[in-house]
Amino acid sequence: MTALAALLRRDMRLAVRVGGGALMGVLFFLIVVAMVPFALGPDLALLARTGPAILWIGALLASLLALDRLFAGDHEDGSLDLILMGRAPLELAVAAKALAHWLTTGLPLVIAAPLLGLFLNLAPAAIGAVALTLLVGTPALTCIGLIGAALAVALRRGGLLVPVLVLPLTVPVLIFGVAASNAALTGPLPFGTPFTILVALTLASMVLGPFAAAAALRHGLD
Amino acid sequence: MRLTELANPSRFNALAERVLPWLVVATVFAFALGLYQALFVAPDDYQQGATVKIMFIHVPSAWLGMLGWALMSVAALGTLVWRHPLADVAMKTAAPIGAAFTLICLVTGALWGRPTWGTYWVWDARLTSVLILFLMYLGVIALWRTVEDPSRAARAAAVLTLVGAINLPIIKFSVDWWNTLHQPASVLRLGGSTIYPTMLIPLLIMAIAFTLLFVTLHLSAMRNEILRRRVRTLRLMRAAAATP
Repeated sequence: MTALAALLRRDMRLAVRVGGGALMGVLFFLIVVAMVPFALGPDLALLARTGPAILWIGALLASLLALDRLFAGDHEDGSLDLILMGRAPLELAVAAKALAHWLTTGLPLVIAAPLLGLFLNLAPAAIGAVALTLLVGTPALTCIGLIGAALAVALRRGGLLVPVLVLPLTVPVLIFGVAASNAALTGPLPFGTPFTILVALTLASMVLGPFAAAAALRHGLD
Repeated sequence: MRLTELANPSRFNALAERVLPWLVVATVFAFALGLYQALFVAPDDYQQGATVKIMFIHVPSAWLGMLGWALMSVAALGTLVWRHPLADVAMKTAAPIGAAFTLICLVTGALWGRPTWGTYWVWDARLTSVLILFLMYLGVIALWRTVEDPSRAARAAAVLTLVGAINLPIIKFSVDWWNTLHQPASVLRLGGSTIYPTMLIPLLIMAIAFTLLFVTLHLSAMRNEILRRRVRTLRLMRAAAATP
């Protein structure tokens, strides 16, 4: 327990330091969401209707681009080998790193989403729904992204490989996240149905993600 | 010839060379029979007319696209759990073949959908999940081509293949869970198939033909991959010997 808490604290401290890149994800989120109205045009009704989707895709891309700081830094300075050799089970260590990553990258996205919802002229119900679905869905994005980050850890110039591997796996999270947000707006479908499935997806990925990532790390680094 | 004896690449190559000519003959024969049955024996659909005959290519391709990933998953277990030496060769070579069959399924489906549904594409659950399968095939192939060392690439690809295997039950049951446009299950379902034998028999013969084609292509691809790795090792040995 102490080892995992120390790992969590270390990752969070490193993330907020200079060069840690913690709030860079939020900045990217802001920029991407700001660019969409330039492409779609200022029609407020259109923005309100597509707003949840825009916010979700922005959050997805921001989570994706922040993935390379998950394992790459530790791999470069050798601490990943120490974590692998440590007493704590690798799956739990990876889960601790995922938690630190979500707290410093995913949670800021959730906090920023309501403000960006105002830019997109979303109704208050929609803003609340998007924020709630992002709160539940961004851990799933982090845990699924864990797998891609672990697979590509030893590659120096993986390029777009991690997004290519991770994006097909995140499609169900995206579908149900946007469905839940839209259900709060219009919707013969109640909010609860897609939201419950989203919660289920997150819980499943919180178990499967660390296991798969630990297997990838173990096999990829010897 | 037990599986453990086949772990020797030379013995595998020898076996493959002996078996391949027979497999090619069997494939050609099965295709000839299947195409004859499909084109001349199977009746036209009362609504679609002769367009329904695209089914005899579309459905077996879909089955084989999924079979490819299932085969890759078993090979992935062979790599990670049993450390079978040729499991990663099987996994690597199955990916492009499975991807090709999935692409054939998507394209023939689109060509079939235009006259019957009025659209080339719709974001129905089955079409979407098969498209995701195709993208995951491309992702695995990309992973193989990005990692230098074949054995390290094999283990990474094995993990990715096992993670992606969750898509297979989603594809199979997607058409039951979300009944939008694509036809529900007609062959493998509780309560028996709903296709009349005059269409079902040619479909099954074509499925056997496609499977034989997959096995033929896969075996010869495995043989080529083993030879390719030998060439790579020889090149590395020569480069190592050449440096002073």
